[in-house]
Amino acid sequence: MDLCVTHSERVGAQCVWLKARPTEGSLPACLPGQFAQLRADTPGVLLRRPISIHDVCGDEISFLVQMVGEGTRWLGQLGVGDVVNAVLPLGNGFSLMPEDTPLLVGGGVGVAPLLYLGRALREKGVKPTFLLGARTKDLLLRLDAFREVGDVLVATEDGSEGERGFVTQHSVFSQLSASATNGCSRIYTCGPAPMMKAVTKLAKECGVACEVSLENRMACGVGACLCCVTETNDGHNRCVCTEGPVFDAEVLRW
Amino acid sequence: MLDLAVKIGALELRNPVMTASGTFGYGLEFQDFVDLGELGGIVVKGTTLKPREGNPYPRMAETASGMLNCVGLQNKGVDYFCEHIYPQVKDLPTNVIVNVSGSTIDDYAETARRIGELEAIPAIELNISCPNVKQGGMAFGVTAAGAASVVKAVRKAYGKTLIVKLSPNVTDIAEIARAVEDEGADSVSLINTLMGMAIDAERRRKVLSIGTGGLSGPAVKPVALRMVYQVAQAVKIPVIGLGGIMTATDAVEFLLAGATAVEVGTANFIDPAVTTKIVRGIGEYLARHGFSSVREIIGVV
Ligand SMILES: Cc1cc2nc3c(=O)[nH]c(=O)nc-3n(C[C@H](O)[C@H](O)[C@H](O)COP(=O)(O)OP(=O)(O)OC[C@H]3O[C@@H](n4cnc5c(N)ncnc54)[C@H](O)[C@@H]3O)c2cc1C
Ligand SMILES: Cc1cc2nc3c(=O)[nH]c(=O)nc-3n(C[C@H](O)[C@H](O)[C@H](O)COP(=O)(O)O)c2cc1C
Ligand code: FES
Repeated sequence: MDLCVTHSERVGAQCVWLKARPTEGSLPACLPGQFAQLRADTPGVLLRRPISIHDVCGDEISFLVQMVGEGTRWLGQLGVGDVVNAVLPLGNGFSLMPEDTPLLVGGGVGVAPLLYLGRALREKGVKPTFLLGARTKDLLLRLDAFREVGDVLVATEDGSEGERGFVTQHSVFSQLSASATNGCSRIYTCGPAPMMKAVTKLAKECGVACEVSLENRMACGVGACLCCVTETNDGHNRCVCTEGPVFDAEVLRW
Repeated sequence: MLDLAVKIGALELRNPVMTASGTFGYGLEFQDFVDLGELGGIVVKGTTLKPREGNPYPRMAETASGMLNCVGLQNKGVDYFCEHIYPQVKDLPTNVIVNVSGSTIDDYAETARRIGELEAIPAIELNISCPNVKQGGMAFGVTAAGAASVVKAVRKAYGKTLIVKLSPNVTDIAEIARAVEDEGADSVSLINTLMGMAIDAERRRKVLSIGTGGLSGPAVKPVALRMVYQVAQAVKIPVIGLGGIMTATDAVEFLLAGATAVEVGTANFIDPAVTTKIVRGIGEYLARHGFSSVREIIGVV
């Protein structure tokens, strides 16, 4: 479907926050953790680019795009009134366990899907805690929006905001292990693979369930090409675009 | 009334547009986007005798106007296909063709025989680009003798329409086409992907897990078109053309070059509804140029 951009704003040093709504009809129901395949309509880009659903409000959907290459730069230059073609919603979302006191851990642009997830959890009556990380203060994304939805903890590698170090070095984790999970029974995480692996390990040590959202490279996005696979503990390659992008950390072999 | 129907061996297609193996899953994945009844046929994923896990991730790299893949024929094997997938695809409103792969001649023949027992599968497409494990991994399809030996064995085991999909990674594709025609193939389809490679300069490493992969998409179209043209001149059996078809005009070019039908691959990733647009576009082209049947334009160039 075609989406018409209603808002475009630079956030952080490398990202753009886009809001858009369908040019006709209404937005299909989207779940937190699902993604869209956006078409960068420029000669240098062939395949669609998978981008997480950052937030949904009525028929308006938003994305947080980090400009790393030609495709994301094209998305970043879109202005209000421009049209972008999207296939959505794709993939399986996060489980929304209402009984949990969840910790949502995001690094870099991986924070994108956590806002919509946090909002959905909030609607179920739980107040999420976000732990958001970046290399430095300037790369932190939309902290105010996250603060509206839950409590926000921050870690920066250079200590320019929040605690110094990686998210996995944040004191919230020592509290988790100290007080036998401190009421938190589920961690949701999205970000660079090394960060997610470290979070998974910590979650396991604390005996807390953990869901990770993978960002494997994709071609079709609909389960047809098998380019996006990840290996699971049963030794099989599973499709990230249809069986994920969110997986129970326990099933992944990494 | 425009006539778009074509015949491939005993197989009747309502129009010349099919989907390419490995790019359209089992068709089911695309039902939200495409009315499968509007397609001439779909060629489903490569199927082997035994299940295969394929190659490790990363399996894909985008390149200038194309993409490389090294999926490595991940599939659950012919038994799984017959028991679990066939029941889901047998009533689809289009021709469902199974792409058959193997690592030995016996594998190919046995897989083909099993698929031959499935009533609702009218044809197979034999992917002879696979490595021959008994001959040091060199692909069957890169020599005329290798290609002929696979087709000969499969022809004995399989009675319905046999399409042989040719590898472009050869010196003289027309010679291979003639060899498989001589062994009783009903049709040849071409091209499979062109062997390529991608390197990440910043990280100083190969992008794909196994280093090399198959190139597809618009980048390969001129090569594919040339090969379809050469093969159409060399054989009497119908030729199915593919490689980089993104639009109806691309498809028409393949028909003009001598293809009786076409397959659309990578384009499905960019626009999942592209195949129906190509069917409509071919009709519009014929009307615009005053043709009443698509068969009038096959091989006229
Ligand atoms: C399910 C999913 C959700 C995503 N959500 C978001 C999101 O919300 N916001 C966002 O900004 N990005 C997101 N991404 C990542 C985004 O899709 C890629 O950054 C984008 O495709 C890059 O395209 P490009 O043309 O800008 O860069 P390219 O020119 O394609 O690549 C630039 C550089 O990044 C590397 N790269 C590209 N894609 C990947 C990848 N998937 N994994 C590892 N390295 C890669 C390339 O090798 C290259 O070095 C998501 C990815 C997935 C699979
Ligand atoms: C991800 C991917 C998987 C493929 N898998 C198969 C396969 O299993 N068997 C086969 O014969 N060809 C396979 N192919 C090749 C295509 O069917 C086709 O020959 C090739 O992509 C060229 O067409 P295109 O440029 O339209 O994509 C695959 C191609 C891609 C991109
Ligand atoms: S991207 Fe094609 S199967 Fe996942």
